[in-house]
Amino acid sequence: MLEQVAKFCDWLSLTPVSQTIQNVEWIIPMVQSVHIIAIAIVMSSVLMVDLRLMGLVGQSQPISGLARRFVPWVWWSLVALLLTGSVLIAAEPRRDLLNPVFQAKMALLLVAILVTAFFQETVRRNMAFWDQSPSRRASAWLTAVASLTVWIAIVGCGRWIAYVEHG
Amino acid sequence: MPFLQSFCQWLENTAVGQFISGSTWAFPTIETVHVLVLVIVVGSIAIVDLRLLGVASNNRPVSQLSNDVLPITWTAFVLALITGGLLFSSKATHYLGNWPFRFKMALLALAGLNMLLFHFLTYRGVSGWDDQRVTPRAARLAGFLSLAFWTGVIVFGRWIGFTVR
Repeated sequence: MLEQVAKFCDWLSLTPVSQTIQNVEWIIPMVQSVHIIAIAIVMSSVLMVDLRLMGLVGQSQPISGLARRFVPWVWWSLVALLLTGSVLIAAEPRRDLLNPVFQAKMALLLVAILVTAFFQETVRRNMAFWDQSPSRRASAWLTAVASLTVWIAIVGCGRWIAYVEHG
Repeated sequence: MPFLQSFCQWLENTAVGQFISGSTWAFPTIETVHVLVLVIVVGSIAIVDLRLLGVASNNRPVSQLSNDVLPITWTAFVLALITGGLLFSSKATHYLGNWPFRFKMALLALAGLNMLLFHFLTYRGVSGWDDQRVTPRAARLAGFLSLAFWTGVIVFGRWIGFTVR
């Protein structure tokens, strides 16, 4: 499996697309900047929702209102992140695909997507879901902590890809 | 500017500066925190900017949204300042002479000036347009400039990493 990934990396890095990204000096910094801006949108949106779920910020607004305002921005930013991320992978496939930190980041991303989709679905079915009982409020707190932890870990992994030795 | 130059030389030679530049893990760790807090600074400011521009959160009064968001912004900004200062101390003279770093600082100053003008002039009359989707022209301009300046801060900030070695 790993060998096939390595072969794929070597094939990818020799394609004209990859060669262009590697050779045009401004592409990687620019794509990374767009990547960071999309991360800014995701993280601030997630933070607004999660702090509200924890009962810390924005009590004047129902959770369902915040979900409608912020969750779509998370999904659209994720699309931008996947696109810009793919460009960065195409530039240096081995640096990412064979890197354990990158692999951890993708696994965490899957968890973050599941948590976000779960949250969105609960609010879509029942707007008052999270306010219904004290035990629900405890689960709201837990969901928020899980979501924040996973997203912060994703950003952390993203930065450490550049610093960790690998294949 | 000889004063800045000697200040940066002094900073690099402090125990903190020496420790960060000499350690293998300190710089990436502080940088990770810097990235985490700076995305929250820019993202949370953008939430208010987009409201001023009538793009998002239009069902909420501007003042209420600002009161919810800005404490988060300020907390993250203080942490960004501290972590940024620590990163700077590891190679102060290199950063001082680095043009993307200088542009970033100039844009930060412009973003600060824009915020002050908005806060002390335009925002004083907020009660007149608090629930309106279309805010006064000065407020929309402030929102637009803020988005532009902070985007620039991110672009030049990222560029520093490609030019300082």
